[in-house]
Amino acid sequence: MQYEAVIGLEIHAQLLTDTKIFCGCSTRFGSEPNTQTCPVCIGMPGVLPVMNEKAIGYVVKTGLALNCEIPSLSRFARKNYFYPDLPKGYQISQYELPLCGEGYIEISVNNSRKKIGLTRIHLEEDAGKNIHEGGGNESLVDLNRAGVPLMEIVTEPDIRSPGEAVEFMKKLRSIVRYICVCDGNMEEGSLRCDANVSIRPVGEAELGVKTEIKNLNSFRFVEKALDYEIRRQVKALNDGVRIIQETRLWNPEKSITESMRSKEEAHDYRYFPDPDLVPIELDKSWIEEIKEGIGELPDARRERFIKEYNLPEQDADLLTAEKAVAEWFEQAVKSGGDPKTASNWIKGDLAKLLNEENRQISESLLTPKHLVEMLALIDKGTISGKIAKTVFEEMYKTGKDADAIVKEKCLVQISDEAGIEKIVDEILNNNPEEVERFRAGEAKLMGFFVGQVMKETKGKANPKIVNELLREKLS
Amino acid sequence: MSIDEARSAIVRGEIRPLELVIALFERIDALEERVGAYVSLTRENALSRARQAEDDLKQNAGKALTGIPLAIKDNICTEGIKTTCSSKILENFIPPYESSVTQRLKSEGYILIGKTNLDEFAMGSSTENSAFGLTKNPWDFERVPGGSSGGSAAAVASDECIAALGSDTGGSIRQPAAFCGVVGLKPTYGRVSRYGLVAFASSLDQIGPITKNVRDSAILMNIISGHDPYDSTSADMPASDFTSGLGQEIKGLKIGIPKEYFIEGLDKEVENSVKEAIKKLESLGGIPVEISLPHTEYAVAAYYILATSEASSNLARYDGVKYGLRSDGEDLIDMYMRTRDEGFGAEVKRRIILGTYALSSGYYDAYYKKAQQVRTLIKEDFEKAFENVDVIVTPTTPTPAFKIGEKIEDPLQMYLTDIFTLSVNLAGVPGISIPCGFTSRNLPVGLQIIGKHFDEESILKVAYAYEQATDWHKKKPNI
Repeated sequence: MQYEAVIGLEIHAQLLTDTKIFCGCSTRFGSEPNTQTCPVCIGMPGVLPVMNEKAIGYVVKTGLALNCEIPSLSRFARKNYFYPDLPKGYQISQYELPLCGEGYIEISVNNSRKKIGLTRIHLEEDAGKNIHEGGGNESLVDLNRAGVPLMEIVTEPDIRSPGEAVEFMKKLRSIVRYICVCDGNMEEGSLRCDANVSIRPVGEAELGVKTEIKNLNSFRFVEKALDYEIRRQVKALNDGVRIIQETRLWNPEKSITESMRSKEEAHDYRYFPDPDLVPIELDKSWIEEIKEGIGELPDARRERFIKEYNLPEQDADLLTAEKAVAEWFEQAVKSGGDPKTASNWIKGDLAKLLNEENRQISESLLTPKHLVEMLALIDKGTISGKIAKTVFEEMYKTGKDADAIVKEKCLVQISDEAGIEKIVDEILNNNPEEVERFRAGEAKLMGFFVGQVMKETKGKANPKIVNELLREKLS
Repeated sequence: MSIDEARSAIVRGEIRPLELVIALFERIDALEERVGAYVSLTRENALSRARQAEDDLKQNAGKALTGIPLAIKDNICTEGIKTTCSSKILENFIPPYESSVTQRLKSEGYILIGKTNLDEFAMGSSTENSAFGLTKNPWDFERVPGGSSGGSAAAVASDECIAALGSDTGGSIRQPAAFCGVVGLKPTYGRVSRYGLVAFASSLDQIGPITKNVRDSAILMNIISGHDPYDSTSADMPASDFTSGLGQEIKGLKIGIPKEYFIEGLDKEVENSVKEAIKKLESLGGIPVEISLPHTEYAVAAYYILATSEASSNLARYDGVKYGLRSDGEDLIDMYMRTRDEGFGAEVKRRIILGTYALSSGYYDAYYKKAQQVRTLIKEDFEKAFENVDVIVTPTTPTPAFKIGEKIEDPLQMYLTDIFTLSVNLAGVPGISIPCGFTSRNLPVGLQIIGKHFDEESILKVAYAYEQATDWHKKKPNI
């Protein structure tokens, strides 16, 4: 039987606020354990939460960017469960009346657009971390993360394949980074994903029994875990085994999902409205203000790049996925660079160099102005396209401008015809056999002669002139 | 000695803060074995604060509470000073921060004498549920002082302090004030910051003064009320001067008498005292109006669902992980269970279980949600009543102080002792209890005066007028 997968995602995104959601402690990642804590975020007796308004604003901003309804009234609730990393014995979250209602994200699937529905977005506090080290009978708790504002985005079960799930995650990551509410760093856990998966016979309307997969902290794991889980479920049904509703954990070492707890063992969280926080009434003018601050989103920018710069769709996709890349590109164009040429350098050489060092474009010493100046040198014939690659790499490494590098390294192109002619003659004289063979019809030897000239000139000879001279002399 | 008297004596130089503090500790030393009002005394701290007060007084006249010794209920956090909630689970807990109310008292120069006993986590009506011993009623040592602020009320009644702070979730200030013959005020919900008050039921808890007279109550209210950015539920309202209405006439004031509060089970002597008090108010120009608060009979049930639900969540943090008691266990779950089993007393466990049950999936609508609906109806009862009257007057309690051990084995009977006070918490309105007579056994009787939201002025005005026209507050227990 042919099955289709039905996937819904729950994404947790840490918000880029400087301080925690209910106190003034820093949210910085990677500090010494328990150095970013206070009586409020470690749940001392008698303390009370005070809402960080910025966090509310960030969630609303996300909702607006993701086409969500923004209700005028929202409320916080307590989710009760015991765990050492949860200092109060409950997490302040939202249950009824989340900050954002239904919305959607558009992704590309097989060259067409598909809308993935969003059920809701709500705001909650992150928990701390249990640390098990030393192998002893003890565990330690680090509460630096306790109280970091976390936004939970829940999708409708609209996703049909692991590939779509990854597309969705990439798009979501791109948008939250565009609007500066989350850094999208999956390795550090600032963007985390759980997935609900079920399968059903193609054409069947009713949903199958779902499992929830936790711990998907990279795009690759999202894809692999979903792929594994779908195959597991298909095999189970084919073998006549019933699928049980349960929570499963992705084990990246074994590349499998493993049962964590069944539905019967699931917590009863006993949600109820948090009496320590008053309901949030969202002011219409505030929402408008937030809306105005959103700016151009990836899809709109992509369309504009295609129209305004006449770029192929693929280039536009690549350039607009990251806000910083898109801005880098536009600066290059504004400084006089040709759009398509600039795009080629960005997605080619620059992407390669950044990738090698796992760097962001914002960390690059090479600026759009550098690129444009270098392109001008090519146009003027001062350097060749090939030399340009060396110059580009040097600019990336040192942050010096193209002109300086060309002078420093004597990379100026030799365009002096008489000089090149001397070298060409020399090469032809020294290789009479190859000249013979070429004249006999072995045309591919042209490359050999060009190579020899380039070798002799350390690659600086103007390739156009070299080609012309060789063709002239060999005919 | 009241705050007002002590303050005047200090300013006039008739008594020095150090003398006052030493005299108080002498009285405490003489009586405490029999009264048991305090969980801990802060003797050294108080003496050094008194010396500091004397230095300050050499420079200027001091502030509103310079040199005034007060007692604080032991569920209000005091920085560097043990705050136990009368629970084994917090037996050695020393808060690293100060509650907002005590911070305000500190800014006005008060001297902390000690932390007073309470029913564990403020859950109870007799102070018998304390892990650290009984507090006795100064009027009759065989009887309870009421609760949960029994320690504060007993300390005030026995002159073991000048005044005290308590907390009131369902009557925990007013009921012990009535039992001990002192003045206890539960402010409007949101009037006083809860930051640093160890939570029992967050939507009902409110800190308030327990004092020897009405003026002292107003004086303390002036200091502890007002918006606090650390408590989102504290009201952002302009400061009031609660003493300004004291001494004003109550002529023409409409006084609501809810018929639902004069029912079977109300002690005859209490009823007579309260009816006499109403006559007295009438003689002062007040106009009694019979009113109805029709949903009163559902208050106890709704209260015990809502308060326990919130408590079950509020007390989850006492898990042995971060502070307080930790019992050894074989694994995490075992450690949790042993810690909470050994750390909490029977009544606290009972309420956690009740609340956990009420919030459980499948029961939420039938219990918690229903109780919230009842709460809204009770609030509306008061709002409707206040369309026609200025204040409402009732007995504070159905009976005078009962005997130690009399009700402790019967939770339902114990819960019913708060029957006249807990509607006020559900509605969020302010209420005060003042002495209005004595029974034939010489036990105090309390009169409850209830006001509109944020209208503490009116109840203080009526209470003061009544107090000025009577002598009940001047009577002292013979100890």
